[in-house]
Amino acid sequence: MKGFWPVFRKELYAVFMSPIFYVVGFIFLLVSGVFFNFILSQVILVSYQVAQHPEFGREISMIELFLRSFLWNISIVTLFIAPLLTMRLYAEERKTGTIELLFTWPVTDAAALIAKFAACLTTFAVLIAATLPGVIAVALVATPAWKLIFCGYAGLFMMGCAFLSVGTFASTLTRNQIISAIITFGVLLVLWFIGEAKSWAGPALGSVLEYVSISKHFEGLSKGLIDSRDILFFFVFSVFFLFLTLRQMSSFRWRG
Amino acid sequence: MIEAEGLTKFYGPIGALRNVSFQIEKGEVVGFLGPNGAGKSTTLRILTCYMPPSSGMARVEGLDVIENSLQIRQKIGYLPESVPLYNDLTVRRFLRFAAGSKGVEAKRINAELSRVTSECGLEKNAHRIIRNLSKGFRQRVGLAQALLNDPSVLILDEPTIGLDPAHIIEIRRLIQDLREDRTILLSSHILPEVAQLCQRVIIINKGEIVATDSPANLTSQLQKTIKIVLELSGPVQEFAQAIENMTGVQKVSLVSNGTSKFVIETDPSSDIRPEIAAMAVQKGCGLLELKKMQLSLEDIFMQLVTEEPAEEGAES
Repeated sequence: MKGFWPVFRKELYAVFMSPIFYVVGFIFLLVSGVFFNFILSQVILVSYQVAQHPEFGREISMIELFLRSFLWNISIVTLFIAPLLTMRLYAEERKTGTIELLFTWPVTDAAALIAKFAACLTTFAVLIAATLPGVIAVALVATPAWKLIFCGYAGLFMMGCAFLSVGTFASTLTRNQIISAIITFGVLLVLWFIGEAKSWAGPALGSVLEYVSISKHFEGLSKGLIDSRDILFFFVFSVFFLFLTLRQMSSFRWRG
Repeated sequence: MIEAEGLTKFYGPIGALRNVSFQIEKGEVVGFLGPNGAGKSTTLRILTCYMPPSSGMARVEGLDVIENSLQIRQKIGYLPESVPLYNDLTVRRFLRFAAGSKGVEAKRINAELSRVTSECGLEKNAHRIIRNLSKGFRQRVGLAQALLNDPSVLILDEPTIGLDPAHIIEIRRLIQDLREDRTILLSSHILPEVAQLCQRVIIINKGEIVATDSPANLTSQLQKTIKIVLELSGPVQEFAQAIENMTGVQKVSLVSNGTSKFVIETDPSSDIRPEIAAMAVQKGCGLLELKKMQLSLEDIFMQLVTEEPAEEGAES
């Protein structure tokens, strides 16, 4: 891992210096704030009804209901912002030619890749952490369910990992950041909704499609259910795309 | 020390280098000379481990570019042709990043940064953002980056291209100061620069090495005739006739019509200038100019690089 720290520090600095981060962060927090408000009022409405008819609501945990809907909405917003966080990683280096510096400094390709990816993941973690205060406030007035919140956010983070790995790979495919973002967005959207195709794809293909669908794997996690199969899926998914990115690095070197 | 043996590189079907071999000893300053697209940058990129060769072998400081890529990259300083820099960073922050990446220990980084910024004359610009720097200063930042961690081999790809004359002179002076005991390989298509900076020149064309020697040796080897410029006043035609009959003279030609300036080509074995002077006195002509023309590196380069025999060098 020679050269991890300098690259990681530089990447983080580049992110926090760039206006893209602040615009993306602002929109992300604005939209998630709107969802927060909307979902909270819905949950309050439901809890009023439950209070009047206790026989319906004995099984419903309000915090769980709230958290699941909120995380589900955030994950959709993440679908839009992940491509914007990763698009510059390699596309910019290739466009400006700085990749020639990076490739001729004693930094291994893997160290540079992991540093870049880790910086993106840190950015993403900062963004989702910024949505926590609201959730914590709700948890404090409702029945506190810290484990649930922790698991839900861990799931969101794992899913973000998968999104960002696709974005990192896409940023090696082109020198143009916009194209890289569009490719990422397209791939993620397809992988998000592909599970829905189960109904007409037939049982065999259908189960495969359902398995590769990101949303199916996030479903359980968003409820705070940690299932090792879902964790493993996101882990293997991320490693696979990072591995492809590393192959792209060798290919750049050969092609020059 | 740099060794290359049978280096070949293909970009898809296009061959950029064919069987290039050369050797550069420790402490030598060598110029890599060739027209655009000759394969200079490709060779340098192979030596700096940016890309592997299609076939052949290259060694820097005794290490193989494929097997020991990381160790080589630790020992070299490289200035790429287009001087790519991270435009959003300040000079100092960029250099700090470069130093870290090049494996300078944390406690030495500050000392190393002050050393290269002062060597490259960047003190006043250390806190400026690279994007706003002029071309000349970008070049210095690129050079400063290459000098970090005190590399024993410096590889500079066209270090003075696109600079104004004042900056060119400064960068050249800087390169001369850097020699010490470093091995320096620089590419260029500016011939006087190479002649001035380098002990040895490797001339490359269409992916093949066409010559390698010191600038002085190249000049003398390729000089098939000595050219003498003569300008006089008086009975010019008659005088020209007389010179043509002298021993060793191969050709006498007027530089341009309407003047009395000649170019005389003679055997390299004898110098006939005294005889010409004597004859001028004898015939009562005024001798305005009489000098031996040196074949410049440009002429050699043109001879080597152009396929057909070089045109008669008709310049004053």
